Amino acid sequence: MESKINEYREALLKTLKEIAYPLVAIFISFIAGGILVYSFGKNPVVAYTALIKGSMGDWNKIGETLVTVTPLILTGLSIAFGFRCGLFNIGVEGQFIIGTIAAVWAGWAFTGLPGILHVTLTLIIGSLAGGLWASVIGLLKAKVGSHEVINGIMMNYIAMYLSNYIVMTFLNVPEKAYSVAIADTAKLWRFSQAFSQFNHSRLNIGIIFSLIVALVAYYILNKTVRGYEIRTVGFNPYAAEYGGISVKRNIVLAMVISGIFAGFAGAIMTTGVQYRVNNLFGFTGYGLDGIAVALVGNNHPIGVILSALLFGILQKGGPFMQIQGIPKEVVGIIQGIIILFVAANFVKVIVENMKQNRELKKITAKEEIE
Amino acid sequence: MPAVIEMKGIGKSFPGIRANDDINFTLEQGEIHVLLGENGAGKSTLMNILYGLYQPDEGQIYIKGKPVRIINPNTAISHGIGMVHQHFMLVQPFTVTENIILGKEPSKGTALDLEKAIMDVEEISKRYELKVDPRAVVQDISVGMQQRVEILKTLYRGAEILILDEPTAVLTPQEIEELGVTLKSLVNQGKSIILITHKLKEVISMSDRVTIIRRGKVVDTLNTKDTNIDELAEKMVGRKVSFTVEKQAAKVDTPVLEIKGLKVLDSRKLEVVKGVDLQVHGGEILGIAGVDGNGQSDLVNAITGLAKAETGEILIDGKEITNLTPKEIIESGVGHIPEDRHKRGLVLPFSLAENAILGSHYSSRFRRGLGLSYQKIREYCRKLIKEYDIRTPNEKVLARSLSGGNQQKLIVAREIDRDPSLCIASQPTRGLDVGAIEFVHKKLVELRDEGKAVLLVSLELDEVMALSDRIAVMYDGRIVSILDAKDATEKKLGIMMAGGSIQGAV
Repeated sequence: MESKINEYREALLKTLKEIAYPLVAIFISFIAGGILVYSFGKNPVVAYTALIKGSMGDWNKIGETLVTVTPLILTGLSIAFGFRCGLFNIGVEGQFIIGTIAAVWAGWAFTGLPGILHVTLTLIIGSLAGGLWASVIGLLKAKVGSHEVINGIMMNYIAMYLSNYIVMTFLNVPEKAYSVAIADTAKLWRFSQAFSQFNHSRLNIGIIFSLIVALVAYYILNKTVRGYEIRTVGFNPYAAEYGGISVKRNIVLAMVISGIFAGFAGAIMTTGVQYRVNNLFGFTGYGLDGIAVALVGNNHPIGVILSALLFGILQKGGPFMQIQGIPKEVVGIIQGIIILFVAANFVKVIVENMKQNRELKKITAKEEIE
Repeated sequence: MPAVIEMKGIGKSFPGIRANDDINFTLEQGEIHVLLGENGAGKSTLMNILYGLYQPDEGQIYIKGKPVRIINPNTAISHGIGMVHQHFMLVQPFTVTENIILGKEPSKGTALDLEKAIMDVEEISKRYELKVDPRAVVQDISVGMQQRVEILKTLYRGAEILILDEPTAVLTPQEIEELGVTLKSLVNQGKSIILITHKLKEVISMSDRVTIIRRGKVVDTLNTKDTNIDELAEKMVGRKVSFTVEKQAAKVDTPVLEIKGLKVLDSRKLEVVKGVDLQVHGGEILGIAGVDGNGQSDLVNAITGLAKAETGEILIDGKEITNLTPKEIIESGVGHIPEDRHKRGLVLPFSLAENAILGSHYSSRFRRGLGLSYQKIREYCRKLIKEYDIRTPNEKVLARSLSGGNQQKLIVAREIDRDPSLCIASQPTRGLDVGAIEFVHKKLVELRDEGKAVLLVSLELDEVMALSDRIAVMYDGRIVSILDAKDATEKKLGIMMAGGSIQGAV
């Protein structure tokens, strides 16, 4: 019992240490953003109050923020999972899009199924479609060694235009630039059905699912043979090969699992929020934002949840800053600064430099005394 | 006349370790001074301080009696200190001349004056009797010549004091002898040399004085002519050490590993193993001697499934394993201590426990339900730590944080504990200290005495000769000769390793 408690304490301390640097980086970014706002002649306090109120001012605002957070958690997990196998799955955007369109088809094509069954089936089909889409990238990497970033970007475009084609042809609502809607039986349960506080929000049970997926991702990575193999390949493919672990098979598998997370995000978007798919003029951004979410969250499932929350707040609260006369670009700039600070491990570098300087000073001081 | 270098009261701490503790070290004009110590004793730290790579926490360095502060390698170079690293820092596709002048190029206007550069290189090469071909491309020349290029590089920058870090690790016995001559001639021309090593034979044959460091402290400074190998070893390790590997006569059993007509290509499709036939029996250690890069690594990779066998057959206990996957080969009873423990042997960001199961991680004994049981894994690792005397706070620390010797013990433990019928040990003691070497050797002999087959591949001739029952010499992708260990001498093996024939030479 004693040792168990110690173990938990150790794990907690380790996690705290891991998130300390990103937290400081985020704090500094907000200060930098404040200075920026001030230089525009506006009051930073007003700006940040607007940001908080706009994203969390009442239940409906909280609900809408969480609607944005849901796919960000999932795409963030998708990227993080790939990273753990040494893969940069930039194709998350495409896998997300394929997830949305596959879910629309499944939600529309099957009729007469009981609700629970239909919505489950729709989510599964959306997720698997994302996984299948990602498998192409994984197979290309494993079989011919072509780089996943290039193929991922290409597959994103293919996904977007394929989705648009389907929206404008097979699943088209005549004269409209969007698809048919899914059946009511394929819709996810919304919080507004039970809590009137959320009446004007599309918040749905998908947020709970995304948290469960974070746990699942953690479990797969850290507690299963497959996760062990994937992490080994990610850290040291040579050691993996030596230990009888097939690098190629794990690359494909990690890619597929990553794609399933992204596809699941898309399926939740369709079944919980949009109920249909629009003809896209550009990428949705959920996949690409997932990269930033994973980066700031240090590729750790818990970190991903927290950083998705942060990005959701920034995205939803940003427009309210605009109402206060602050250019909405400032929010984009703060986001950029956060990513830059975290990615460059800026805080850590500064702390270490300071330590070194102190050492040098100590030596010089001593010499002067002598 | 003051000493060329005097380091007084040097101290340096890293988190958790006192790497240097009140070290005093003097280098006299025109001497070869060996810094002797086990790995992790603090000799590299001391030299890195001298070369400006680290700052000491306390202490003072004097050069020719004047106090100096060396804040980076550039200040070190301007004080006439040059360092030849263990791993050469040469630009492979550049010529010898280009490598030597790099960073201090003679110019004609804005252009590089290559003709003058070549003349300069020829001049210093002649002056210091360091034979190199200024026009040769570095990747085509021998390791011995590459080392001479490294030495010339420091001399070209005006080094008066040379630090050589483990210079003999990559050389054949004959090349080591040549290096000895070179160093003597450098000293005769007024240079002073610090040699970092943990090899006792070289201390005796090459140096004037020796300073022994153990656990960050100077144990003693001795005149080489007043000491001997046994005394040095005792001072270095802190206890008496036996150099002879104690073993009974081999009880040779049936062949465990059989290789027939094996050919292997490298990544450039060049033949690197050119038809090898070899048998290793149960109850014997077969050592492969050879200079680095003569196909030993490729041979091992083909046996373990890490490289493809182009033609030929490999059998374990009569069962063919040619070109099976590494997993299938592990399962047919092959243990493998890889030559590069950081590249292949360990996942450095993993804990010891996670590393302890690499290769048998899928086994049901580490499972609970669908998942891995970390409790069982840690328990297993604790068992290995205890049985193999791995020095670590616990099994949860990262493999990265262990010393080289303990990392290697973990690998040895993992591979032997799997109870293989053939154990391939590739450079099993590279970079290890005397204590760890003893340990690894003992384990390999134990394995042999249990009737297992051991295939030893080593660049250390002493190791091959001490451990093996039979010695196969590999040169240019072929086994050129197989000798009984009793008939092998260093000279004989050295000649064959260099591609010579022993007829008439002995």
